Amino acid sequence: MDNLGTIGTTEEQIELMDVATNFCRDKSPVDKVRALIDDDLGYDPGIWREIGELGWLAIAIPEAHGGVGLSMAEVVPIAEQMGRNLMSNPFGSTTLAAQALLAGGSEAEQAEWLPKIAEGAAATLALREANGDWDLSNIDATGFESGGTVTLSGKKQLVLWANSAELIIVSIKIDGEVRFALVERSALSDNALRRETVIDETARSYEVTLDGVTVSADALFDESRTRETLEKIELAAGLIHAAEMTGGAQSVIDYTLEYLKTRKQFGKIIGSYQALKHPTVNNYVEYEKARTHLYSAAHSWGEQGRGEVAVRMAAAQSHSSYSTAADRAIQFHGGFGFTHDCDAQLHRRKAILSGALIGDAAYQRSKLANLLFD
Amino acid sequence: MADKPSAAELKDYAEQADAWFKENTVRDPGFMLPLTFMEVSTDQQFDFLQDWQRKVYEAGYLGASWPKEYGGGGMHSEFQRVATRAMKKHDAPIMLNAIGNGWAGPLILDLGTEEQKQKFIKPMLSAEDIWCQGFSEPENGSDLGNAQLKAVKDGDDYVLNGSKIWTSLGDRAKYMILLARTDFDAPNKYAGLSFFLNPMKIDGITTSRIKKLTGEYGFVQTFFTDARISADCLFGGEGNGWSMAMKTLEYERGAKVKPVGGFFVKELDVMEIVELAKNSVRNGKPLLDDPVMRDKMTQYMIDIQALNLNNTRRRMPQLMQDRPMGLPLMNKLARTELIRELTEFSLAFQGTKAGYYVGDENAVDDGYWHRSYLNSFSATIGGGTSEIQRNIVAEHALGLPKTR
Ligand SMILES: Cc1cc2nc3c(=O)[nH]c(=O)nc-3n(C[C@H](O)[C@H](O)[C@H](O)COP(=O)(O)OP(=O)(O)OC[C@H]3O[C@@H](n4cnc5c(N)ncnc54)[C@H](O)[C@@H]3O)c2cc1C
Repeated sequence: MDNLGTIGTTEEQIELMDVATNFCRDKSPVDKVRALIDDDLGYDPGIWREIGELGWLAIAIPEAHGGVGLSMAEVVPIAEQMGRNLMSNPFGSTTLAAQALLAGGSEAEQAEWLPKIAEGAAATLALREANGDWDLSNIDATGFESGGTVTLSGKKQLVLWANSAELIIVSIKIDGEVRFALVERSALSDNALRRETVIDETARSYEVTLDGVTVSADALFDESRTRETLEKIELAAGLIHAAEMTGGAQSVIDYTLEYLKTRKQFGKIIGSYQALKHPTVNNYVEYEKARTHLYSAAHSWGEQGRGEVAVRMAAAQSHSSYSTAADRAIQFHGGFGFTHDCDAQLHRRKAILSGALIGDAAYQRSKLANLLFD
Repeated sequence: MADKPSAAELKDYAEQADAWFKENTVRDPGFMLPLTFMEVSTDQQFDFLQDWQRKVYEAGYLGASWPKEYGGGGMHSEFQRVATRAMKKHDAPIMLNAIGNGWAGPLILDLGTEEQKQKFIKPMLSAEDIWCQGFSEPENGSDLGNAQLKAVKDGDDYVLNGSKIWTSLGDRAKYMILLARTDFDAPNKYAGLSFFLNPMKIDGITTSRIKKLTGEYGFVQTFFTDARISADCLFGGEGNGWSMAMKTLEYERGAKVKPVGGFFVKELDVMEIVELAKNSVRNGKPLLDDPVMRDKMTQYMIDIQALNLNNTRRRMPQLMQDRPMGLPLMNKLARTELIRELTEFSLAFQGTKAGYYVGDENAVDDGYWHRSYLNSFSATIGGGTSEIQRNIVAEHALGLPKTR
């Protein structure tokens, strides 16, 4: 089968991995993560500024637009470390918005927004709707184009970090065709945003009501690039979430191991019981497989065919391994596992939200099957 | 150590090897070829594989990187890697003398005396001397450290009494790497063990064949009744048996020594399973239209691809920082369990035909899949069971306490 990818790294990727490992560990200790749960904004603006200064939002943006000129491959280690440390902020959504602009934006749109993003402006995508379908083309929000303006209507759901984003890229249908429109946060009234209660308490998500919002026809992506934009968004989202989930899986396994090495029952360290030990090994094996797929997907990024297979394998494997590892983490902590204080729930919830956002492991496999067998 | 070869040298060598295996590989000798060294059952199979190994060795494609003075090729290990790749490409038969070349040879090269190297290495490479492994006993398998076969010093000899079991190639072997107990009063069970390079064709050693679950033969029980061997057979010193045994297991897991080359176990070609699935029918439609089968097959593809890529990742320290021993230690567990699951899954494709077995003309692929599934347990049990592998990963990669 020649659409299977290989694995490799770049020097920049490894340098970023080292920097991100320290940065995310130092800036996102778990008590801080927990403090931010009760914070409206949901992240520390000072740290967000630092992330901008580090140039992390510029990594996959071309130099011509003020970026570093690397690719999504180099974004992966950062998202991985953020996931590992439950560091929540608009990094992922902003990176995805930039990728969408690169795939579908006009010269002018790119020239306006990419440099801003590269310097640290937050952005996001508004794709999901009430039907709950993972198919990005199955949407009902519309745009009505007339005399150079487009009037939007409908509701978008699960719009991450919409409150902080300067730019929201919205999918709509115009004359029955999927299109993308650039909506500035400043063009939305506060009433247009409703903060949603999502299962991952570290994330911030909004429902965005588009009714009555107008944008200039210049703020649309070109019709001819819809298809590749949809594909790019789906794969970039798959890759970023796979990275976060892989980091999360590592973290929740380490967290469980700590407990298995210290808690005693019946006079023995509970980690010596094989009923706990062996499933933990199985979870660890599945995590390492996820990480292998992740760096294969990063390495194969942008390759026709292989790129998609590799991303979907990474997304499927990371979602299933993160979910299982976090599920067992709750169980293996006993009564403490049932508490809000136990970190296992943070991970279990995060894995559920990630799956909901990009399509869970079974969905990824169904897409993969088409690529592999048809 | 030989110099690292240039790309041009390697390319030349690869072409030579490719041509040689293309010309000399026999894939269908007219009888069933064993998929692993543990499955050699008939004289016909044994003779064929012994000949084949000798031929490959004489052509220079086995032991190419082992020292020249003992019969190896003295070349850089890259050459052997290239030659092994050619064997894979041409679907060459397995190398028979696994215990010799894979375990005993590296141990002797590492720690043996000059005399032992001169005596044992070359005939092991040419498959003239077949080796077997006497570790497991009827009462002591996973708990290898508890081995009880008695070796009592008597003058210049040791006298052996007891029994080993599941000895692969035991009835064909000239030598056995043997774990025996020399001291019954040692402070702990490990300290009483010693390691021997034991001759098999002597008085007092007999073997009795054991029929495997497939109905074929392959391993034996070995009985020692006042068998007398020279004290020269002791390897690594009295009381050091456990550390010698652990070293051989390291070689088995592929650590350290330059690999002799070839393979002792035929790797399953997974793509053949995909082909089988594609050619199978359910409810009048292609099997892979069935959503359950389709999803399962996809999950296996994800697993297969991960394990294949793990082999590359293992050599990338930049992706192995957090738990350097993780991938190496989990490899046997993950791979052997996957093969077992996959071969079992391949039976599910076959519908009514899953009922046939090797030997019936209606069997799919002459029963290859059934045989592969049944034989897959050789790897999930032999060489340390999967349960023991999980203990090893837990204790040595994840730092969990031992089970007592
Ligand atoms: C095809 C084949 C070829 C072999 N060739 C050789 C050979 O050439 N030389 C040789 O010396 N041996 C050989 N063996 C033997 C093999 O190494 C042993 O069978 C194996 O180590 C298991 O030992 P046992 O059979 O005594 O099973 P046991 O150790 O009795 O195990 C029975 C069950 O208990 C489980 N178990 C045991 N201990 C634990 C534990 N601590 N925690 C959890 N579960 C546990 C095992 O996993 C297994 O499921 C071969 C075996 C096979 C199948």
